Amino acid sequence: MIIGTPADAEAVLQLPRRRRGGAVRKERWKEYGLGYLFILPAFLIFGVFTFYPFVKNFWLAAHETPLYPGNPAPYVGIHQFTTTVTSSMFLQSLESTAIFTVIAVPIGVFLGLALAVIANQRLKGIAFFRLVFSATAVTGVAVAAVIFGTLLSPTNGLLQSWGIDTAPGIAQSPGWALYAVSGIQAWQFMGLSFIIMLAGLQSLPEEVLEAARTDGASTWTVFWRVTVPLMSPTIFFAGVIGTIIALQSYGVVDILIASSGQGSQAVYTHTNLLINYIYDEIYNRQFGVAACLAIALFLITLVVTAVQFRVLAKRVHYGN
Amino acid sequence: MAEVRFDGVTKTFGDVKAVDNLTMTVENGEFLVLLGPSGCGKTTALRMIAGLEEISAGSLYIGDDEVNDIPPKDRDIAMVFQSYALYPHLTVRRNIEFPLRQKDYDKAERDARVAKAAATLQLTELLDRKPGQLSGGQRQRVALARAIVRQPRVYLMDEPLSNLDAILRTQTRADIVAIQQELATTTVFVTHDQVEAMTMGHRIAVLSGGQLQQVGPPVELYERPANTFVAGFLGNPGMNLVAGEVADGVVSVNGTAIREVRASNGPVTVGARPETLRLAPEGLVATASFTEVLGADVLVLCTLPSGERFIVRQALDRPRPQSGEAIHIAVVDDGKALHLFDIASGGRLEASP
Repeated sequence: MIIGTPADAEAVLQLPRRRRGGAVRKERWKEYGLGYLFILPAFLIFGVFTFYPFVKNFWLAAHETPLYPGNPAPYVGIHQFTTTVTSSMFLQSLESTAIFTVIAVPIGVFLGLALAVIANQRLKGIAFFRLVFSATAVTGVAVAAVIFGTLLSPTNGLLQSWGIDTAPGIAQSPGWALYAVSGIQAWQFMGLSFIIMLAGLQSLPEEVLEAARTDGASTWTVFWRVTVPLMSPTIFFAGVIGTIIALQSYGVVDILIASSGQGSQAVYTHTNLLINYIYDEIYNRQFGVAACLAIALFLITLVVTAVQFRVLAKRVHYGN
Repeated sequence: MAEVRFDGVTKTFGDVKAVDNLTMTVENGEFLVLLGPSGCGKTTALRMIAGLEEISAGSLYIGDDEVNDIPPKDRDIAMVFQSYALYPHLTVRRNIEFPLRQKDYDKAERDARVAKAAATLQLTELLDRKPGQLSGGQRQRVALARAIVRQPRVYLMDEPLSNLDAILRTQTRADIVAIQQELATTTVFVTHDQVEAMTMGHRIAVLSGGQLQQVGPPVELYERPANTFVAGFLGNPGMNLVAGEVADGVVSVNGTAIREVRASNGPVTVGARPETLRLAPEGLVATASFTEVLGADVLVLCTLPSGERFIVRQALDRPRPQSGEAIHIAVVDDGKALHLFDIASGGRLEASP
């Protein structure tokens, strides 16, 4: 047994490495090189499709887009960004986006959880309902928009068939259109929310729920006092994901409102979500403005997610 | 407090009978241990008392009430789970208080009861911690406190000691026995550990393959096992069981006459506990395989000429045979040492000496 200070031990241990230093270094580079080789494909794809556009976006935002392609793009610095984000059109779009998200996400989260609780029962044929409940996660946005467009139609829609007169149509009314698209977004997110919630429910510790039942708790109490707190990380996760998805949801408004050719200017203005606004500016060849809007949306997503983490994380219980 | 009565209770999972026609009564105030190997149905039986498993056939009574269709919350039972099943989002105080909050106790009453339960289990210092900040032994005590904070009709414990280390297990075993004695509440305790069963229970019910093998006080099960399963399962190591033959009132093993018995002629299973055997100048012939020193005792593992394994327990100061050495084994003559079992059914032959 060798007795000495830790430094002695370190010296002893490092001796062989120092002697064989050259060989070791060569070995190490070989290993590193191989590692870099493996990440190269992913890195290339990330670089070309994510990193380069991200940087280019900032360049576009700082330059005025020329009217005709090929002409010089004058540098305007932050000016274009400040003009864009203070415009009334942007503020209107921001308000619509906020309403859209605040309606769609909580409803989608709640419906997902409610359906997951139902589908988590051990009943015969429940697998069929799990399939049905999760279906909206894989329903194309175009399909969803067309289905709802038909359901809400003032001439042959569902409400109309119930004798409720909705003329000029919910999706065509400036007061209602935004709520309609918010509802559709909630419905679309419900499927993914359901899948997340069901996975969460199935990983809950069974014995803890059983303990609550033997401790005399009613089904209702077990749900609110035990299931929901234990599910809080999952609910929180679904909320964050739902928010990010809602902020990037383009298709519903585009198909139901913008491309339908039925909307008035007022409807169009009230449902002009930030992401749709960005696409419009791109089609108008206003790349600089679109880039500024994209930066704004990026910052909003960042801030909202950060706030969610800070505020909600305190109320979320993570297991041991 | 109440008795728990199984009347032909059966539980089937698909084609498997987890509990098969169980009829048994846990007396009022009794500490009954359900003992058996994994998969024997003991936990299922316990969960049926709790109401966590539906009863496929038969009736289960707590007190005078048939509880087959009564949900867990209305059965007035308290259960301690193997995993402790504490509420991870609640403090120790709120965990212990949880069952009280489901009933109409006012705050003063709740606080008093929590304080008392916490004091009993030395948890007073830990009341404001969350389960995640506790050690395994502390969590176990919180689970016990959550059970004893109210006075239910029955305590149900599902292997509550199996996740504790050896020293803590011995301590907690004594704690549970003491608490049960003080509260005198009917308790059903599930374990696969026969030491726990022997030391804790007023009576032990041994289950195997979903069927009740024997129920009785620990000493009775140890001294008069009803069948070869109970004989082999109780005791560490269990009873030696080898093929023998009764001829003209004498039982012999491998051709060596062991002792006079009152049994009819024919093949039998002969049982003898390791501590009732000793190495002797003459007796049953065997070959020593190896020895295991346990401390005060030594196990001599040997093989009979028939290939059957045999274990002799002897004191540390006795001479130990070498591996491969030919030895002779004799039965200590106290009249209770030898057990005879039916060769086919494994049931005890009451003609045993």
